[in-house]
Amino acid sequence: MTTALVGMTAQELTSIVLNKEELFILDVRNDSDFNDWKIEGESVTSVNIPYFDLLEGVDEALGSIPEGKKVLVVCAKEGSSKFVGEQLVEAGLNEVYYLEGGMKSWSEHLEPVKIGDLKDGGSIYQFVRIGKGCLSYMIVSNGEAAIVDTLRMSDVYEKFAAEHQLQIKYTIDTHLHADHISGGRKLADKVGATYWLPPKDADEVVFQYDKLEEGQVLTVGSTKLNIQAVYSPGHTIGSTSLIVDDQYFLTGDILFIESIGRPDLAGKAEDWVGDLRNTLYNRYKELSDDLIVLPAHFGKITELGEGGKVSARLGDLYYSNPGLNMHDEAEFRRAVTGNLPQQPNAYQEIRQTNMGKITPSDEEQREMEIGPNRCAIHDK
Amino acid sequence: MPTIKADQTLDCKGLACPMPIVKTKKAIDQLEAGKVIEVLATDKGSLADIQGWAKNTGHQYLGTYTEGEVLKHYLRKAKSSEAKEETKFPHTLTNEELQKKLEDNEKVTVLDVREPAEYAFNRIPGAISIPLGELEERIQELNEEQDIHVVCRTGARSDLACQLLADKGFKNVRNVIPGMSGWTGPTESNQ
Repeated sequence: MTTALVGMTAQELTSIVLNKEELFILDVRNDSDFNDWKIEGESVTSVNIPYFDLLEGVDEALGSIPEGKKVLVVCAKEGSSKFVGEQLVEAGLNEVYYLEGGMKSWSEHLEPVKIGDLKDGGSIYQFVRIGKGCLSYMIVSNGEAAIVDTLRMSDVYEKFAAEHQLQIKYTIDTHLHADHISGGRKLADKVGATYWLPPKDADEVVFQYDKLEEGQVLTVGSTKLNIQAVYSPGHTIGSTSLIVDDQYFLTGDILFIESIGRPDLAGKAEDWVGDLRNTLYNRYKELSDDLIVLPAHFGKITELGEGGKVSARLGDLYYSNPGLNMHDEAEFRRAVTGNLPQQPNAYQEIRQTNMGKITPSDEEQREMEIGPNRCAIHDK
Repeated sequence: MPTIKADQTLDCKGLACPMPIVKTKKAIDQLEAGKVIEVLATDKGSLADIQGWAKNTGHQYLGTYTEGEVLKHYLRKAKSSEAKEETKFPHTLTNEELQKKLEDNEKVTVLDVREPAEYAFNRIPGAISIPLGELEERIQELNEEQDIHVVCRTGARSDLACQLLADKGFKNVRNVIPGMSGWTGPTESNQ
């Protein structure tokens, strides 16, 4: 029981969502922001009443809050949620919380989830950016680490590496990202690692990088842990997947759990649709069905499994994923080029930033990344 | 950057959400109906929120200019009776009739009697701006012999303007019904 308004951190909220605890969210942003992007969870119920409709009082909100439930008030930054939350407390409600830092901090929270162990010791971790649906990976073996699809909040990886006494050796991007700003180069520069990017995505890149190409093998730790690159174009022309330790398959934005990547974010949907089909229906099919697919995104909260893990066996996805079950080529072409979801927020500026062509301030980068990732063809 | 005349300026620079809207609400509560307020804000979120708030409260959101870091929002306080006010001036023409005249290049004068901020964001190309409140003192800017078509948002202010012009001896005056709220023809705005 609480009698005052209490702050809830993005991390606390993440554990509520992952543990499927019941939570009622009063989202006080304007309705277009709410409809565009909101906090989701299997046991989360949310109602949207903009704070500016509650300036005269919170009676309207009181009517829609279920009795005796924990209430979390959410807004863009946090000011409006405190404004409304305090009024709810004054009106006599118990257990009223506001989200510290609002949707901005929700967008930036990364939750490390252990996926599994490696054959010669070591482990692989998935860093789940739950608010935006981005997934990145840290492969750890014998005091060394490689990070795949590093997110902008690079201090999270640094801290994790320090806690586990790891030297970050490589940061690798599976492709030039359009929905979020890569932290790979920044982190590599800071800790003395090398930054790897597929050269076909790097035509316009203005900085030095190492070329990630098919057949390349990177070793992490002194044990034989190999990261093997597989050229798999379609979402971008350079998109490259990684096979780790012969068991984990990092598919970037080509193959997700419940959908497949969209080929249009670099403006070349028609050119790349054939590559995307070939990658998904031929190249990937030649690989072992037992590989564990680890994508760079999830689109729906239902894709989060036990403890927040997002993964599936490749062979199973050939049955369950609608993107792998369009046997007619014309149908596939229609599905991945026509009727696509809205593009991710500021995707062109994000690509320019990832090429090093523009250097927005931290605050601008934060604004650019607001909203869901929208990298799959089935995202709404 | 155009300077737009407003009846009141409210400085919300440096304030974070919800304060720009809280202060705007307080200020508009004090404002006389039909008057225009200019709200200066640096919180980018204020743009969508002020539009949403205006829509839900019935106040008229006119538009926003960006000047460096500062957003300048323009709002006009709703007049509850405006939509219902009976128009009395007998000589009217419809939006479509005016649009046709303009398309046929007929020599007509379009007189826009809304507030300068309303005119700045959305007007009929070539329209002259004299707000209703200034019409009497600026009447010599108009030519009595011309065909004058008076326009406002809903036809209410233009009705009063037509009556005033007729009293002053103007012969060829018509009220455009309904006015800008239903205008589908070409428009222009300050850049």
